[in-house]
Amino acid sequence: MSEHHTPFIRKYVFSEDHKIIGIQFLFMSLLFMVVGGLLALMVRWQLGFPDRPMPLGTLFPESVMPEGHMGPEFYNMLFTMHGSVMIFLVIIPNLTGAFGNFLIPLMIGAKDMAFPRLNMLSFWVALAGGMVMASSFFVEAGAAATGWTAYPPLSAVPEFTGVTRGQTLWIISVLIIGTSSIMGAVNYITTIVNQRAPGMHFFRLPLSLWALFITAILQLMATPVLASALGMLLFDRTLGTHFFAPTGGGQVLLWQHLFWFYSHPAVYIMILPAMGFVSDILATFARKPVFGYKAMVFSIMGIAGLGFIVWGHHMFQSGMNPALGTAFMVSTMVIAVPSAIKTFNWLGTLWRGSIRYTTAMLHAMTFVSMFIIGGLSGVFMASTPVDIFIHDTYFIVAHLHYVLFGGSLFGIFAALTYWFPKMFGKMMNETLGRIHWALTFVFFNLVFFPMHYLGMQGHMRRIYDPTQYEFLKPLQPVNEFITISALLLGVSQLLFVVNFVWGLARARTGERNPWRANTLEWTTTSPAPHGNWDVIPTVYRGPYEYSVPGVSEDYLPQDKPGAGAPSPLEAAALKPTRA
Amino acid sequence: MRWLQLPEGVSTISPTIDQMFYIILVVTGVAFILTEAVLIWFAFRYRGRPGVRAHYTHGNGRLEVIWTVVPAVMLVFLAFASRTAWNKIKGSIPPTDQTVVVTASQFNWEIRYGGADGEFDTADDIITSNDMRLPVNSKTRIRLRSKDVLHSFFLPYHRLKQDAVPGVTIDVWLEPNKTGTYEIACAELCGFGHYSMRGQLTVMEPGEYRQWIEEQEAALQAATAGETPAATGESGAATPPPA
Repeated sequence: MSEHHTPFIRKYVFSEDHKIIGIQFLFMSLLFMVVGGLLALMVRWQLGFPDRPMPLGTLFPESVMPEGHMGPEFYNMLFTMHGSVMIFLVIIPNLTGAFGNFLIPLMIGAKDMAFPRLNMLSFWVALAGGMVMASSFFVEAGAAATGWTAYPPLSAVPEFTGVTRGQTLWIISVLIIGTSSIMGAVNYITTIVNQRAPGMHFFRLPLSLWALFITAILQLMATPVLASALGMLLFDRTLGTHFFAPTGGGQVLLWQHLFWFYSHPAVYIMILPAMGFVSDILATFARKPVFGYKAMVFSIMGIAGLGFIVWGHHMFQSGMNPALGTAFMVSTMVIAVPSAIKTFNWLGTLWRGSIRYTTAMLHAMTFVSMFIIGGLSGVFMASTPVDIFIHDTYFIVAHLHYVLFGGSLFGIFAALTYWFPKMFGKMMNETLGRIHWALTFVFFNLVFFPMHYLGMQGHMRRIYDPTQYEFLKPLQPVNEFITISALLLGVSQLLFVVNFVWGLARARTGERNPWRANTLEWTTTSPAPHGNWDVIPTVYRGPYEYSVPGVSEDYLPQDKPGAGAPSPLEAAALKPTRA
Repeated sequence: MRWLQLPEGVSTISPTIDQMFYIILVVTGVAFILTEAVLIWFAFRYRGRPGVRAHYTHGNGRLEVIWTVVPAVMLVFLAFASRTAWNKIKGSIPPTDQTVVVTASQFNWEIRYGGADGEFDTADDIITSNDMRLPVNSKTRIRLRSKDVLHSFFLPYHRLKQDAVPGVTIDVWLEPNKTGTYEIACAELCGFGHYSMRGQLTVMEPGEYRQWIEEQEAALQAATAGETPAATGESGAATPPPA
């Protein structure tokens, strides 16, 4: 390994190394996760205890929270920014920016991305976008308050909300973050197509890679449409155009079509990578190949492809032609099929396995379990007549949180725990990890499952004070229960923070392959060095050769030449490991 | 199981929607129980034990076909079953006995009746604020408009919801089949007062409804003639509809 002195700032700050950039995205997204989580807790405080002053409420200016009581304008801002931060600054940068960057070259056997400088730029652009969004909290009249969906005319005309600069900054920040996404997508696609190691045929790629690859294609194709919509909205707000105005030749519904044309694929951007990671993690800890690998690959493609023709299911009650609603209902029902196929294959992966219950495995299995609930609840809203009732109610809020938290976030916890040793050369604590998992699992369900019931009773979403309605008053105890559970859920996350930080502070163990996994990232040192390998590995088989009959070890790395002799790298790393 | 029950439905379309909901509940409920039970069973049954290796297999083609086709058939069935209900509710407006124009604005539901001349936006329109009255067992066309931003007209117990879009008039129909008072909610974020856009629908016996209409018309005539306006309504000056 060549040894030359790189200044700290080039090594860890303005680095072109995909692993450092990935870790930068990781830290950024984790910090914003705290912000997004706190915003949610404030929303829940208002819903659970509208008459009681919010704890730490006096920290906020008197103008927005007199004596700890928030007004409806502040409340509308809270859920708007909760959604916006979680989607644009947490889930997407974490799954695609952090794990995409970190894993792609390591899993395909490349030294780095195809465009390292573009990669570095993509992080700083994302961070800039995040700073712009963060700054919007501090401007006059506060941050955006139109929902993360920003429907005009509410979002196009400042007078309708009273929010001025904050909404404009929101638009600009999303434009900037979207640019970062497109940069990353170009890099990932090029790298995966062009820089796979010898022998790494497409159908030998781990599912994490397939998922990241297809997700990058989604980002590349969908994000520009959002950019165009944002541009039009920006012009309506600042230049007097009428793209989304009811007069002057505009179309109010046009925004919804353009926005959801991106935002529906966006939700698949937020779940597919997690699905990929879960597949790899389940195989590793069940010590079994993924069941139905090719079906899994084609299902990822199916979800992505169909994901472009379902956007209208967000608009069933919008006034759009009902015939169009029927068309979108059919495509929406159909998109449940590849997700079902994946679920059955995950179960098949566990079947007759030899399961090790590491923290990562617990999170991965929880992903499957919670995704089942989230996916099935989606079938209700896919039905246009049922959606008449449940649209814009807490039934939708339940669904989206089951897939985004129950799915994506547990997937993130799994991936983070699993690849932590490769990123940092140390392990997170298993006991603390299991306690965090258990508490998160319990409180997550206590928060979000009752929301299905609220929705069934007609409880609308984005409502500052449900007690205004007689029919909602009896549901107030449920809102209180959810809020208390949410506070406990929030507190439980401190265990993860402690585990993460404590893990970073530990001494390195340097163990290359603590999980005895097959994929290429585990063949190099922990943490992986700059350039990943001195000699690019050669790939001889697929990624899931676990428990192969006739092979004494229950795993068979992709770069190991025959079933007999160890590869040179492996020989250097042979060490007994704990499960 | 009370917590699995939808609230009481009081319109002619609520049984259709509720039935669809319950069909989906059964289908997804069965899928939920089966898959989660298998997951939990596998989690216990296949715990790693010393000396026991996992079973090496890459999958089963026939299973893939089965678990692709079966869900696909069920989901397409649900789509077709839903289609009939959707066409009936939103596809077209059946012949109706009266029309009401509802204009949403920040943060109010203006309810407008045609009045004696049967024409809307004329001087004899009956206009109320957040106070809608309809006769029971009678079909009403509701014309939804908005003065400013998106709103959504939501009658939970009638299973009716429709966004009100500025610049467009959107028609829905409603046939309540039970008398009583019901709340109207706004179901599309429309600004800081979104939570407070509460209206009331009173469903009355036809005779009482006619009486109420006549009272409103009489009050309007009296007001136009220079006397104090009635307490229950506002006198409405003719305003041109939004474009």
